[in-house]
Amino acid sequence: MKLTVWTYEGPPHVGAMRVATGMTGLHYVLHAPQGDTYADLLFTMIERRNHRPPVTYTTFQARDLGADTAYLFKDAAMAAYERFKPEAMIVGASCTAELIQDDPGGLSETLGLPIPAIPLELPSYQRKENFGADETFFQIVRHLAKPMEKTARVTANLIGPTGLGFRHRDDIVEVTGLLMDMGIEVNVVAPMPASPSEIAKMGQAHFNVLMYPETAETAARYMEREFGQPYTKVVPIGVGATRDFVAEVAKLAGVEPVLDDSRLRLPWYSASVDSTYLTGKRVFLFGDGTHVAACARIARDEMGFEVVGMGCYNREQARMLRSVAKEFGVEPLITDDYLEVERRIEELAPEMILGTQMERHIGKRLGIPCAVISAPVHVQDFPARYSPQMGIEGANVIFDTWVHPLVMGLEEHLLTMFREDFEFHDDAGASHHGHKAKLRDIGKTETVSAEPAQANTGPVEIVWLPAAEKELKKIPFFVRGKAKRNTETFASERGVQEISVDTLYEAKAHYAR
Amino acid sequence: MTERFAPPPSRGCSNTPVLKQRGQHEVFCGLTGIIWLHRKMQDAFFLVVGSRTCAHLLQSAAGVMIFAEPRFATAILEETDLAGMADAQQELDRVVSELLERRPDIKQLFLVGSCPSEVIKLDLAKAAERMSAQFAPNVRVLSYSGSGIETTFTQGEDACLAAMVPVLPQSDARELLLVGALPDVVEEQAVGLLEAMGIGPIRVLPASRVNDEYGIGPNTLYALTQPFLTDTHEALQRRGANHIAAPFPFGEEGTTQWLRAIADQFGVSEAKFAEVTDAPRARARKAVAQASEALRGKSVFFFPDSQLEIPLARFLTRECAMEAIEVGAPFIHKTIMAPDLDLLSEGPTIAEGQDVDKQLDRCRAARPDLTVCGLGLANPLEAEGLTTKWAIELVFTPVHFYEQAGDLAGLFSRPVRRRDLLKLEAAE
Repeated sequence: MKLTVWTYEGPPHVGAMRVATGMTGLHYVLHAPQGDTYADLLFTMIERRNHRPPVTYTTFQARDLGADTAYLFKDAAMAAYERFKPEAMIVGASCTAELIQDDPGGLSETLGLPIPAIPLELPSYQRKENFGADETFFQIVRHLAKPMEKTARVTANLIGPTGLGFRHRDDIVEVTGLLMDMGIEVNVVAPMPASPSEIAKMGQAHFNVLMYPETAETAARYMEREFGQPYTKVVPIGVGATRDFVAEVAKLAGVEPVLDDSRLRLPWYSASVDSTYLTGKRVFLFGDGTHVAACARIARDEMGFEVVGMGCYNREQARMLRSVAKEFGVEPLITDDYLEVERRIEELAPEMILGTQMERHIGKRLGIPCAVISAPVHVQDFPARYSPQMGIEGANVIFDTWVHPLVMGLEEHLLTMFREDFEFHDDAGASHHGHKAKLRDIGKTETVSAEPAQANTGPVEIVWLPAAEKELKKIPFFVRGKAKRNTETFASERGVQEISVDTLYEAKAHYAR
Repeated sequence: MTERFAPPPSRGCSNTPVLKQRGQHEVFCGLTGIIWLHRKMQDAFFLVVGSRTCAHLLQSAAGVMIFAEPRFATAILEETDLAGMADAQQELDRVVSELLERRPDIKQLFLVGSCPSEVIKLDLAKAAERMSAQFAPNVRVLSYSGSGIETTFTQGEDACLAAMVPVLPQSDARELLLVGALPDVVEEQAVGLLEAMGIGPIRVLPASRVNDEYGIGPNTLYALTQPFLTDTHEALQRRGANHIAAPFPFGEEGTTQWLRAIADQFGVSEAKFAEVTDAPRARARKAVAQASEALRGKSVFFFPDSQLEIPLARFLTRECAMEAIEVGAPFIHKTIMAPDLDLLSEGPTIAEGQDVDKQLDRCRAARPDLTVCGLGLANPLEAEGLTTKWAIELVFTPVHFYEQAGDLAGLFSRPVRRRDLLKLEAAE
């Protein structure tokens, strides 16, 4: 039993729903109690889909359990076939139905449906949403796709996009463009928005572009083995990764690497003078492994941030992320415990978080700006405008998204110059954010407690003398965390137990760059 | 104020045959009630014993995660709990001890059963009893089921309140008990009106803190503020308390009749009743008239959702001049619904339970001017050109009593007005 406040991933059948909802001509018959239909709103409300997910729930009730629930499943499956006439069905159980062991796969075989009915085994009490999506897509490919003669021209499948995916809709467009510039056609994009008959044609592509390992890696490995289709290992998020991706694709396709970067603005925006305020900002990254690894590289190499920590919630990517963290010289955090992530962020006191909607809330609580880089998603992650993460435009979008939560360059200077000012002060917040500016009462002076403040620095007890603490408060809030931490590290390294104003400025001089 | 309501219909819907179909239900389970119950009971914590799906539902239904560490959580059952490798009761003890250690502010803990915990027959009542003894007097532990195999949406609140009734002390005092978790502002209005008539003392279930509680007994008179509180109603009956039957307090008419039923029990004079209610009634009437302008003569179709459908159909047809085509409710408790069914003019299909695909067929065929439905259906129906009101908002917004009557009409008229407002074609 595990106490859980918020979850990063839903149950595995929600992953299967993401695959089914992304596809066309496929129907999911889910053995589940009433109430599990809540999952429909993820798609209709969060993603604003204009169709109900193609899912039929058997909605059994307590009174059915004494009798036969299997017939409920069979009736629901037959009715769903009659009503929706899908090209193929996937059948499975949610967590509760798994316990009553009705075997939807076996039951659907007895129905004699004229279409393929693909059984899903998704262990609800062991695995989670990403596994559910990955396994479902793999089963669909395994049942429907067959080895085929390759197309005359060089083609590729794009695999991984699903319903409710973080910017999947726009990434498809961007990656399609990258391939087109090299004269490579797209064979099938799957699971979203492919139909079962398109899945059947996946074997004719020359290679696969694995866009999201979280949802399609098992299928990619299968197709490599069965259809002789190699797959891409680079995820083209960021400028460097996009260039690497183009090189990798060129090699797989046997064509010249071509990248039209005429619309690429990130490098110049990062290099322009205004962006010196980004330099060395301490950032913490958390999300799914793929997005965190890609964004860590952007943060360090393309924005000039200092990566102080990273982690992911999906254990499937733990090994990969550990090796990335090692390269960055930071401790990886592999957990799906929201409170643990919060503790780590508190400890590291970064100046910015690149995370998920969950970290956005942590950031709100701790007063740390946060930009969202990964699922789990929120209605805000489905903007009306085109906003991919991948490719050239993805890089531009990322620059804007990450800079937005921060206080901008000159404004930062004004806050520093006039930090005691009634308008420009720590709590005022960035002027381009909509909330009401808090004016400070000019007559009021900050009260500092006479008791020295205790710092939490492990074995050696360090205290902040009141004057030093007061001085620390004069440092703008967005660098205060860094200053406090640096000073405490500086003091503990030198065995200094009381931090005075001098210690503060000695530390400042020590860490100056 | 003289009576200005339309006369009750010669034939209401009480004897209308109810359409019952068995199929897919598109409704939340009872766990959803935790979202508002934990705000209402400020010293309570709700621990769902269930699966990752339960945790995901709560998170999704809460919509935004406003509270960094909310007063609800899920003890997620794992493979070891199911395979009998770990004693589930011991595991639960461990999780609860951990929780109470971290949250000393908790005075009431609800162990909430879910579909998986019901199916594996995890006895939460037994666990609650054991823990109550262990943590008394600091923490009271109760249990109820919010599982989807037993409850739909608002029935979770019903199950929770019903679980609280047996532990209320015995009392012979003649007191009025208002039953249902209402937003504070609404609750205060109701209490204010009743007190102004000289009625009291007034108690509320659920009380916002465990220490605010009171006794009940054969001299307790209670009025339900929400139509879904059927198990609570029965639990109160078992304690000998007396039900004041009335239409539910939505709109000017519902509120007046509800107040009058209580006033009659407490011997309030006509003059006193008029003195207290005339001004707010006039305000409510004016507000409803303004807010319902866009609704006059329009048709409405209810999918089953919050159990508020029948009283709301009564409000929309009688006070907003709408025509009801179908009124679907998850379940219909005839006794509790009778006063509202009597007022609802014969005509609409009254449906209980759901086969969502067949109901969608009927809705599409009828093409109502307004469809009231859950979140899973609203956007798809909008995309088909139907105007919708998503029903969950009716549970999350203050809509009871006089001062909110206009807001209630406004919730329905806004989508209708929006459809008229949006103009996306070229000017020429």
